Amino acid sequence: MSRRVVITGLGPISGLGTGIEPTWERVIAGRSAVGPIQAFDSKAFDCQLAAEVEPFSVREYVPKSYRKAIKVMARDIELAVVAAALAARDADLTTRGTANGTEIPLSYESPRIGAHIGAGLIAAELDELTGALVEATDEQGRFMYEKWGQQGMQHLTPLWLLKYLPNMLACHVTIIHDAQGPSNTITCGEASAMLSVGESLRVIQRNAADLCFCGGAESKINPMTFLRQMMTSRVNTSDNENPAEAVRPFCQTAGGTIVGEGGGIVTLESLDTYRNRVSRDGASASHPPYAEVLGFGASQSVNIAARNLEPDPEGRGIALAIRLALRDAGMEPDQIDLIVPFGIAVPSYDRAEASALRSVFGERLADVPVVSIKSMAGNCGAGAGGLDVCVAAKALAQQTLPATINCKQPLSGLQAGTAPSRSASINYAVAYNYGLGGQNAALVLKRFEQ
Amino acid sequence: MGWVARTQHWYSNVSSNRAQQHPINTEASKPTESDKMNKRIVITGMGWVTPLGHDIETVWGRLLNSQSGMDRTFRFDASTFPTQFSAQVRDYDYRQYISKPEVHEGIGLNTAFALGAASQAWRCAGLDRFDSLDHERLGMYLGSGEGSLDFDNYVSTNLDGWNTESRQIDGASWSRAAAKKMTVVREIEQEPNMPLAHLAMEFNVFGPAYNCLTACAASTQAIGEATAMLTRGDADVMIAGGAHTMIHPLGVTGFNRLTALSTRNEEPKNASRPFDHTRDGFVLGEGAGMLIIETLDHATTRDATVLAEIVGFGSSADAYRITDIHPDGRGAIASMRQALDSAGLSPQDVHYISAHGTGTKENDSIETKAVKAVFGTHAQHVPMSSVKSMMGHLIAAAGAVELITCVLAIRDGKVPPTINLRSPDPECDIDYVPNQARDHRVEIALSNSFGFGGQNDTLIIKRFS
Repeated sequence: MSRRVVITGLGPISGLGTGIEPTWERVIAGRSAVGPIQAFDSKAFDCQLAAEVEPFSVREYVPKSYRKAIKVMARDIELAVVAAALAARDADLTTRGTANGTEIPLSYESPRIGAHIGAGLIAAELDELTGALVEATDEQGRFMYEKWGQQGMQHLTPLWLLKYLPNMLACHVTIIHDAQGPSNTITCGEASAMLSVGESLRVIQRNAADLCFCGGAESKINPMTFLRQMMTSRVNTSDNENPAEAVRPFCQTAGGTIVGEGGGIVTLESLDTYRNRVSRDGASASHPPYAEVLGFGASQSVNIAARNLEPDPEGRGIALAIRLALRDAGMEPDQIDLIVPFGIAVPSYDRAEASALRSVFGERLADVPVVSIKSMAGNCGAGAGGLDVCVAAKALAQQTLPATINCKQPLSGLQAGTAPSRSASINYAVAYNYGLGGQNAALVLKRFEQ
Repeated sequence: MGWVARTQHWYSNVSSNRAQQHPINTEASKPTESDKMNKRIVITGMGWVTPLGHDIETVWGRLLNSQSGMDRTFRFDASTFPTQFSAQVRDYDYRQYISKPEVHEGIGLNTAFALGAASQAWRCAGLDRFDSLDHERLGMYLGSGEGSLDFDNYVSTNLDGWNTESRQIDGASWSRAAAKKMTVVREIEQEPNMPLAHLAMEFNVFGPAYNCLTACAASTQAIGEATAMLTRGDADVMIAGGAHTMIHPLGVTGFNRLTALSTRNEEPKNASRPFDHTRDGFVLGEGAGMLIIETLDHATTRDATVLAEIVGFGSSADAYRITDIHPDGRGAIASMRQALDSAGLSPQDVHYISAHGTGTKENDSIETKAVKAVFGTHAQHVPMSSVKSMMGHLIAAAGAVELITCVLAIRDGKVPPTINLRSPDPECDIDYVPNQARDHRVEIALSNSFGFGGQNDTLIIKRFS
């Protein structure tokens, strides 16, 4: 009999806000975070929009004893460190990180804490690297390997490489919170964060940990990774004057996605150990668990014609992941009240997803709200699924649907049209993500009941 | 035809070995946790692309002959780098292994290595001759690294975008230069999930697919997690392993700046010296190791030849520092203990340890300390060797390749050596199989991988019976 697993803390960080309260306010209001790019001069790109995280101070989220490590954190790492700290605070957890050197009893023993974090291919900071590269050029300004080996590379800080290893998101999080249990870094494009949540679920179910930090974070708001996104031909290049309406998932007028930034990390706990720690610590947890994680499924899409850079047109892979998650939860599609889709507003993706949803949910699909968070937060890459899980869990706890925006002409059969937030009876939600390259992950969440 | 011949060679080795097999230690053959769950997970195929060759038997022969794969770096001009040598894959063309060349055009080296190793494993497992595979029950769990950086175009784009006065990149001139120089395929293929994407197209994989990138522990972790997925029933068959190269200018730069690499430029073949007093860092290798693993039920139903059984997996985080291993090896100890517990084994049951054994000062002494903590007095009686002394450190792919050597050690009753081990280090005082392979009966082998940042993973495999 596997253990029940609940989501107890939410740590979203995206253009929508830092922390669940501002994020939730914003999705209720239906206010897009898309705007002109602030981080670099984007005027030579066909798209000049992004959904960037508002400036934040990472120091506020890092214990004093560990602050010197901030200098070796790429932005992706900072985002994950902040998201994990937000989740721990929201869950009223005491870890070595939140205790900040004080002697408060910890919520869990360190070997019982795990971390599974989705990450992207982190881009080197171009100013830092190029500042060293220019030291290795000839009179014509050409790069010389010989000079690089002799002196150029000395201009990089000795720990340079460690800023950019994808597993450093999880490493810093495990060090800060002293999480010595199972830990992993999943790198499967936009499916990364949700696959990571699935990994944590399995680790807790098989009793290898009691608490896991899971989700993901990524920043593609720098010229190199932004360019790679442009190269995928998925980005909207015709709405630069119209940022708030640029991402129109499942709309007949969908014109491509917008690059977002951030993601989210949540705390997953075994329900039993959660109850124990709440009663033992006398911690009047400020809120009950948000949701129970009932099922998880993963699959691979194969689309040879598109070299696996978009889902197969029937959405077979996506449908399989959702079906597996439902089966794992022991549920029928008819029981689902909310779908939080990938929904990045790329027409071929939207059609594949719609086809997948039709094949899973059949006629009843028209009755199930489909709420894409990307319409407001853009596509947060490896972090996207983390943000989706945060919003879906909060919707279950609040019994409230977020607003859906930018979909005046929804694809047929989908309840994805523009609508304000409203109260609703939501007992079960499905969330899923597709990653560029073909990996799919789906989760079934349930409204928490004792 | 070459494939058939090689597969037959494999079978003949297995059967001749079985004929002369020693009786199995009764302690070790007690039913394990996985037996009790009636879901045994077995290895039925394996393949690799390494600096010592591209097929199982050639590479294994070279390892048993104490051959080094190190040489001057030829992938780029490293002639003035602090480290000018590495263990590189030679004379390799992935196109001989694949059936859909058009979808793989322009792949990175990591994916090229992955395709070759996975094709070998696929054929070794007989999946090319098995028509009834349920491809929705076929999954992948890889620990693959990123693809090859388009270094020259990347560098010249950055230089074109550099504003010498502000000493910053000018976004507009950078992106104009990038548009001229960079190409879609080279950029997209750098994503670390591209080996998955290409294996999926080559083998029609529709089941669960993961890539984990936990530095040097990645492919050990991938195989362990793939095993857990099979145990849980998420798939019938998994392709598991890893592929990686960091033998490129920025990879070598990064490790040189960390002073992690050996700098014995005058003697590449003697440079990788795990556990030796004079060790001065690891040597970069590259390549891929891939396994086909499946539930025993599935393997039995399709009459597959079982190469070994996976019986234990442990995974932990040091949670200590990003630059240093915990001085007591607490994460490594936890990982080994978890693996032994999950296998229902005690340290005395283990006959061989494939060490992480990188050849850095810090790793080798702490790894030794951790093994002594877990194995107690038995530590002196278990041979433990590092094939990194011969094929270098394949980073994310290291663990998969090393697990394959464990399968072969069980098959042949031989353990590979740690070469270049001439001057003893008082802190490294157990049996590392110095310099020469050894005949040694192995029923159960344990393989360790420890990653930068404190990720630790351990696998235990057992002769199948």
